Amino acid sequence: MSEKVLFAITAIFNTPDEIIKAAEKTAENGYKKFDVNTPYPIHGMPNAMKLGRSKLGFAALVFGLSGILAALLMTFWMSAIDYPIIIGGKPYFAFPKYVPIIFEVTVLAASIGTVVTMLFFFFKFPNNSHPLHDSDYMKKVSTEKYGIYIQADDVLFNAEEIKKFLNELGAAEVGEIYWDDDEVSTSPKILEPKFLGFLAVTAIIISGTTYFGLNKLMFMVPFNWMMEQDKALPQETSNIFADGFAMRMPVEGTISRGTIPYPYYGKPELAEKLMINPLDYSEENLALGKKKYDVFCSPCHGYFGEGDSKLRGQYPNPPSIHSEKVRLWSDGRIYHVIAEGQNVMPSYSTQMTREEKWATILYIRALQRALNAKESDL
Amino acid sequence: MQTVDYSQELAVIEKGPSLREIDEIISKPLETKPDKKYYLALSITVTMLMIGVVGLGLSFYYGTGLWGNNNPVGWGFPIVNFVFWVGIGHAGTLISAILFLFRQKWRTGIARFAEGMTIFAVMTAGIFPLIHVGRPWLAGYLFPYPNQHSLWVNFSSPLLWDVFAVSTYFTVSLIFWYVGLIPDFATLRDRTANKIKKITYSIFSLGWRHSNRHWQHYEMVYLILAGFATPLVLSVHTIVSFDFAISIIPGWHTTIFPPYFVAGAVFSGFTMVQNVLIFIRKIFNFEHIITLDTLEKMNKIILLTGSMVGYAYAMEFFIAWYSGVQPEQFAFINRAFGPYAWAYWIMVTCNVVFPQLFWIKKIRRTIPVMFAIAVLVNVGMWFERFVITVTSLSRDFLPSSWAYYTPTLTDFAILIGSFGLFFTLMLLFTKTLPVVSIAEVKAVLEDSQPSHKDH
Repeated sequence: MSEKVLFAITAIFNTPDEIIKAAEKTAENGYKKFDVNTPYPIHGMPNAMKLGRSKLGFAALVFGLSGILAALLMTFWMSAIDYPIIIGGKPYFAFPKYVPIIFEVTVLAASIGTVVTMLFFFFKFPNNSHPLHDSDYMKKVSTEKYGIYIQADDVLFNAEEIKKFLNELGAAEVGEIYWDDDEVSTSPKILEPKFLGFLAVTAIIISGTTYFGLNKLMFMVPFNWMMEQDKALPQETSNIFADGFAMRMPVEGTISRGTIPYPYYGKPELAEKLMINPLDYSEENLALGKKKYDVFCSPCHGYFGEGDSKLRGQYPNPPSIHSEKVRLWSDGRIYHVIAEGQNVMPSYSTQMTREEKWATILYIRALQRALNAKESDL
Repeated sequence: MQTVDYSQELAVIEKGPSLREIDEIISKPLETKPDKKYYLALSITVTMLMIGVVGLGLSFYYGTGLWGNNNPVGWGFPIVNFVFWVGIGHAGTLISAILFLFRQKWRTGIARFAEGMTIFAVMTAGIFPLIHVGRPWLAGYLFPYPNQHSLWVNFSSPLLWDVFAVSTYFTVSLIFWYVGLIPDFATLRDRTANKIKKITYSIFSLGWRHSNRHWQHYEMVYLILAGFATPLVLSVHTIVSFDFAISIIPGWHTTIFPPYFVAGAVFSGFTMVQNVLIFIRKIFNFEHIITLDTLEKMNKIILLTGSMVGYAYAMEFFIAWYSGVQPEQFAFINRAFGPYAWAYWIMVTCNVVFPQLFWIKKIRRTIPVMFAIAVLVNVGMWFERFVITVTSLSRDFLPSSWAYYTPTLTDFAILIGSFGLFFTLMLLFTKTLPVVSIAEVKAVLEDSQPSHKDH
């Protein structure tokens, strides 16, 4: 570009009193696009420049309130809705104990939000390509001088008039600032190879370290010590024991907690004679019996005990429970069949508790009665 | 008798240097090659740091069994050191936020430095809870993030509040520090002739132009940040004290803990700032910026907070007696006359007795004496945390589980390492960033503000 574009007319002053006066006069003359540059904030300058009050307080308020709300919703949702768990006998949502969290999140959100708003929205930073950068003017005002400039795109701009005006105010120096060529060029900088290379390198480094950290590092010594412990797992082989199993058989006679062993294996007569159904016909017991019958018995015996399930014909056919033989058995005898199994029917002693077996027997009785009802039932 | 005219504000900066001289004095350490003394100091602190690295490496490899922590005393050195370092950090925010709100101009010379100390102290402190959990690489679980277990953190636990408080404190302190540094980066950018430095400063200054349209918002943001940081700094040590006070261990379960911890934190923080500043002002010739008056004012705050801490010690005994709770009474008699009596009396002597010497003006203004007293206070404040943590745990409700806690060599290695890390960062800070805020100091110079004679 051959001809430089004027950005602004600048003036340097030596004392804070002068610069305040200069700013006041500039604002009074109706210039809008001007600015004062000083190495430190000057008291009273916003008034002199006729700037309104800073609106950053509103940003802080908005971000602070959002922080409160977010923290409140977060603690509420996590501890009362998504995974409710009682801690210390308190309600799921116990407000007092969330106060510290809410306070900290509020302060964090408001601080970050306000600063980000100021730097990136109010100031439009980062901006290192402003025409003032690297000028003599900038070097002076960043150490010891007080400067003012009026931009060329101000509606009242008139170079000669402004220079005269600033000289009259007692400026030590009056100068001009021009745009640099690359600052006014409009070619997109986002496609420059340097920038693209930078993006690629950043992406590779971040994805590489993440992959290494999560997929490799966590499986290295000593980070894997919690995963790989010197202990035998069930189903593994072991050199310690003669039989080569890591699992050990329990000591003979061991029974699991709450179990009462069935005493009449191989002795159906004793079961028939000695066992009595402890449950009575209640809606609850019948419901339990129906549930267990449908789960465990119906696949072979059919939903109504007629031996007519879908499996009929594929195995030796299950007998009907409505036969005279079964109808005349005592509850104890049926219990014996469930506990011990019979022919191809396996034992159900590990799948059903005693209570469930007795309840199932009640339900079987009800099914039997349904097909062979007494006169009195009609 | 000397009379002082209190209607006239004393100059904060002595001798009235010019604005350019301020730039030159403050940026000199950044523009000159470090001398022999600097390398000597750095080699000492890096050696200390390496001792800590070895201690940590051993702990990571072999596990926390290398430490002295035993069954009743599960919180040994790591928690003592954590509370100590978080406390050191408190002075920085107090100086930069609370004294800013009170318009104490003398803070300008020391604020940047104290804020830097806050950041380094909190970084150092952060190491300890991490290593104390045993598997620091799993620390991500401390934050409530959506995970495949669909589990959340326990919001009822003061230890979790600590995670929020300390991480918020660190972030806000860092932001505060950085916002303060932006104009100084711009000044340095315009001073330097070195190309790499210029690019670095340009990036960090974000293109600051010392514009008064910006200064206006900048001053507002500073005020807002100070307003947020003030309750924050009080909340941090309050929450640290909750770690103790919310449990039911005798000697911990007291309502005095939050104010007592905050006063103690400011107390120890100020002594640390004072210690380091005495060196800084001498080495870098900042005597006119960090004046003897400033140091005297700091000593007054040390005296005040020291007396508050002494009052808290007395009040703990009074409440133990007045409450009529036997385990509480036992805990305090055990502190003063039990197996850890030596630690208790070191604490009382260093924290309560020596700072009282600051009532004498001569001592407040004599540098070697005030330095010695501040060092003793730091020792005392470390022992305060030791006494609180260890004595209560080692003798709790059940005499059959009592045990004496003896730290191991690894514990001491990590403690030394923490000092090494802190002072190494401190030394690097003095050579890479302006340790005094250039813009703020200029603003409080004599004749730096308009006289408003024509108004």
